[in-house]
Amino acid sequence: MKRFLVPLVVFIGLVVFLAAGLSRDPHEVPSPLIGRAAPAFDLPRLGGEGDAGAARFTPADMRGKVWLLNVWASWCVSCREEHPVLLEIARRGDLPLVGLDYKDTLPEARAWLAQHGNPYLLTAVDADGRVGIDYGVYGVPETYLIDQAGTIRFKQIGPLTTEVLAQTILPMAKELRR
Amino acid sequence: MTRWLVRFALSVALAAAALGAQAREAVPLADDQAVEQRLIGIAQDLRCLVCQNESLAGSRADLAEDLRREIRGLIRAGKTDPEIVDYLVSRYGDFVRYRPPLKPTTWLLWLGPFVLLVGAIAGLILHLRRRSVPAAPLSEAERSRAVALLGGEG
Repeated sequence: MKRFLVPLVVFIGLVVFLAAGLSRDPHEVPSPLIGRAAPAFDLPRLGGEGDAGAARFTPADMRGKVWLLNVWASWCVSCREEHPVLLEIARRGDLPLVGLDYKDTLPEARAWLAQHGNPYLLTAVDADGRVGIDYGVYGVPETYLIDQAGTIRFKQIGPLTTEVLAQTILPMAKELRR
Repeated sequence: MTRWLVRFALSVALAAAALGAQAREAVPLADDQAVEQRLIGIAQDLRCLVCQNESLAGSRADLAEDLRREIRGLIRAGKTDPEIVDYLVSRYGDFVRYRPPLKPTTWLLWLGPFVLLVGAIAGLILHLRRRSVPAAPLSEAERSRAVALLGGEG
């Protein structure tokens, strides 16, 4: 009996180890940007419906607010999946939502928003993807929670879900606004 | 026979069409060969984040092309190789490196295999020692019985 104990323990250890490894999503790469200042940029706005502000946007414009930066594109399929969540954020007025239109064309981006609804306060246009590189974007959609001082507090890679919103982002935003 | 030939020709044609559809235009090489050489040297050790088992040098993903363009710019701007790697690590994390640095969070990764090896060797030595304990010498009765069983010789 005892001679089977050691291999059994080793086997169970291995199974636990491998199961933990398999259940993790290798596409969720921890961002080194958490806790760091959101990289500065100065980009033209998409304009169009509901955006009557200045012609350009920089993250400094959002100083003093807790806000979300959502990277999207009209060619991005998963963006359709998360869009209802974004519209819900805008409808309830949870957080100011800024879009970053990543490697897209203006007519397609405008048409996409016209078709699916525009949840954004404004959208900045990152046509060549340079700002995306500064933010470590590698799979659209990605969403950043940025605090009053301009520090990135949380990054969601892939579509935003109601669970992530309710369990992580909104509590964090509430905590930050205190 | 002809039927078989027609089928074969059709499948070859279809396969060729599929391959043709996948192939993309060759990206023009940068004019500067020295820059390109350095780019390949750096990008070979970096991971493409979109298709994670490809290096940044070999990947045809859009983001990889953008990042290569970015690295070319940095090389022309006179940055050193470690500076360029740091540029990418500060945005994408250590995950972009195929050779992760040795630090507390990667100790297990670097030292784990050696710990396992040492453990296995220790286990083996222990096992062999236990096995090689010499058996007690035979008593006179046992010896004579063994002789009898072996046919009386010896």
